[in-house]
Amino acid sequence: MGDMKIRPEDVPVVGRDVSEAEVLANLSSAGGERDLRITDSTLRDGSHAMSHQFTEEQVRGVVSALDRAGVQVIEVSHGDGLGGSSFNYGFSRVDELDLIAAAVDEATHAKIAILMLPGLATVKHLKRAQAVGASVARIATHCTEADVSVQHFGEARDLGMETVGFLMLAHRASPQVLAENARIMVDAGAQCVYVVDSAGALVLSDAQERILAVIDEVGRDGAQVGFHGHQNLSMGIANSVLAYQAGAKQIDGALCALGAGAGNSPTEVLAATFARLGIRTGIDLGEVLSAAEEVVRPFIPRLPWMDRSSITQGYAGVYSSFLLHAERAGERYGVPAHEILQRVGEYGYVGGQEDMIIDIALQLAEERSLGDVAAAGVR
Amino acid sequence: MTGQNARKASAAIVGPGNIGTDLMFKLMRRSDIVEPRFMVGVDPTSDGLARAKRLGLETTADGVDWLLAQDELPDIVFEATSAKAHEANAPRYAEAGILAIDLTPAAVGPYLCPPVNLSFNLDATNVNMITCGGQATVPMVHAVSSVVPVTYAEIVASVSSRSAGPGTRANIDEFTETTASAVEAVGGAEHGKAIIILNPVEPPLMMRNTVFCAIPPDAAEPGELKDRLLESIYAMERTVQEYVPGYHLRTDPQFDPARETWRGQARVFIPIEVKGRGDYLPDYAGNLDIITAAAARVGDLMVAHRFGVETTWKSSADLGDLADSLTGVRAKAGI
Repeated sequence: MGDMKIRPEDVPVVGRDVSEAEVLANLSSAGGERDLRITDSTLRDGSHAMSHQFTEEQVRGVVSALDRAGVQVIEVSHGDGLGGSSFNYGFSRVDELDLIAAAVDEATHAKIAILMLPGLATVKHLKRAQAVGASVARIATHCTEADVSVQHFGEARDLGMETVGFLMLAHRASPQVLAENARIMVDAGAQCVYVVDSAGALVLSDAQERILAVIDEVGRDGAQVGFHGHQNLSMGIANSVLAYQAGAKQIDGALCALGAGAGNSPTEVLAATFARLGIRTGIDLGEVLSAAEEVVRPFIPRLPWMDRSSITQGYAGVYSSFLLHAERAGERYGVPAHEILQRVGEYGYVGGQEDMIIDIALQLAEERSLGDVAAAGVR
Repeated sequence: MTGQNARKASAAIVGPGNIGTDLMFKLMRRSDIVEPRFMVGVDPTSDGLARAKRLGLETTADGVDWLLAQDELPDIVFEATSAKAHEANAPRYAEAGILAIDLTPAAVGPYLCPPVNLSFNLDATNVNMITCGGQATVPMVHAVSSVVPVTYAEIVASVSSRSAGPGTRANIDEFTETTASAVEAVGGAEHGKAIIILNPVEPPLMMRNTVFCAIPPDAAEPGELKDRLLESIYAMERTVQEYVPGYHLRTDPQFDPARETWRGQARVFIPIEVKGRGDYLPDYAGNLDIITAAAARVGDLMVAHRFGVETTWKSSADLGDLADSLTGVRAKAGI
């Protein structure tokens, strides 16, 4: 073992070096057949793992490599979506609109997507992103709050954008409630609704039954269903396969798993796994592997990994992007990050409530000092 | 004719949802000169209309057209519908000479935050109550900016899903834009940003707000400047408590030293919790409480100013924290 070369005879779909022309001919834009569409979120979810410090050069490199590999949708935004650059979530090094424009400039076939969270970003942000060339609007809400996105789906459709709804922290809602919220998004104009496992907390059948319920609700309207996984419990790929088998047509990944928490389902592993299963993604495996290995890996400061904190996130159902914030607060106030995350899970905080991490760190610090006082025998 | 005031102002509440209903209770309880007379809605099956009717208000499901067709028009209208509705209604109230207190994010009139700028706006004919998040955070931005220059302020308002009605949900963009703009115009920050989060957890979370202000590096270091900043923040907490007793800092303000990624500025973090008064929704709904308390207080003060009489506003201290003069009224309304 140890030789990680792909054995051509093992790869049913893309097992040999293919020419660029062949890849292009296989794109759906060129009429090629696909069974599902992979959206790469390295430049959006990966922004969390990069503390929002992406440079234009990195963005151009990643987009160019993904585009060459035949990835059809590439998401570019601050990790928390448009307008996320802030005290609460971390300031971007480069204005996301410049990064989106660079991505649009670099892509030859891939569509550039943006993410937005109503309550943080507004229609104004969406219009600015569309003006610099973003053509897919991914609009995210907590899984039970879809009705805050109604105006945004309407506007995105009016702008001529493709629309995708994102029901975040999907483990927090029953399949039925998730389906009801998917219904609200589709009625508002979503063409696809994702079950988003923001905490990496869905384990196999948990993911599949949610996908089935959502398809059951919105499939008859022609809306697609997607799955966005995290690796906190190492389930990203397996859940994605189950999602596909349940009927999902769009799956998210990120190169080298670059994403919040323990990272996302790695795009290159999705490509290889689906290829093994004979499921056509339109992605050139050799190209996507080199995109991960040669383009992304070199600039990652710390590979996302399943460690005590990120596993705690999956176990306790905590929004993955809280990880680095908890580590920083833990350091600042002298308390362990995984204890902060555990308590975030107990309190049920949702995506966007990063400010509560400081609060919890202060509480834990206070409890510790009281504990020290008690231990010293002071009454 | 009771008391020293010869005249009471009649009030209409337009929008019988969470906010309108809570406001009705606040006015009944805290003001002797503003009397809720009309509750105006558009849905005949609305619980809020039924409740107002049980309490003796004149109610309608025929909207503002009905209200403006009455022989006796109200002196003051509180609008708790949506930004779009208020934009359409505002000129009609103005034409009819009705003072408008706008609780939507429409921002037709000047932004009003009672502890900061009420006295400048007593003669306005339409005032905007910003948003619940704005009422909770703008006072603190002002408390900071009145001591040191604030180049940037950011607020995060987290409210329980249950307390965010359909109006708030449909208006979420207006919420963030109006709040951000008030953080600048009233709070005194050069640039403002606002974020709202709805959290569905059960039991519902108390309303939480975080204010982050970029401040000069020396203001985050121990010393006289930092002391003055803290003093200003604590003084503002007490001022807001006069009309929203459940308003308090969750912990001491946290200071972080200057960073390059913050454009060389330092940062103060102010965590605020707002426990509601429980007039209509339970105490987690501090977001309703803070905007309805502000609106009711502004209504009382503006009417007093117009009539040339003393304000009759009863502060929380006057009422006593445990006093609940509405228990009977609430029972009658079926709450």
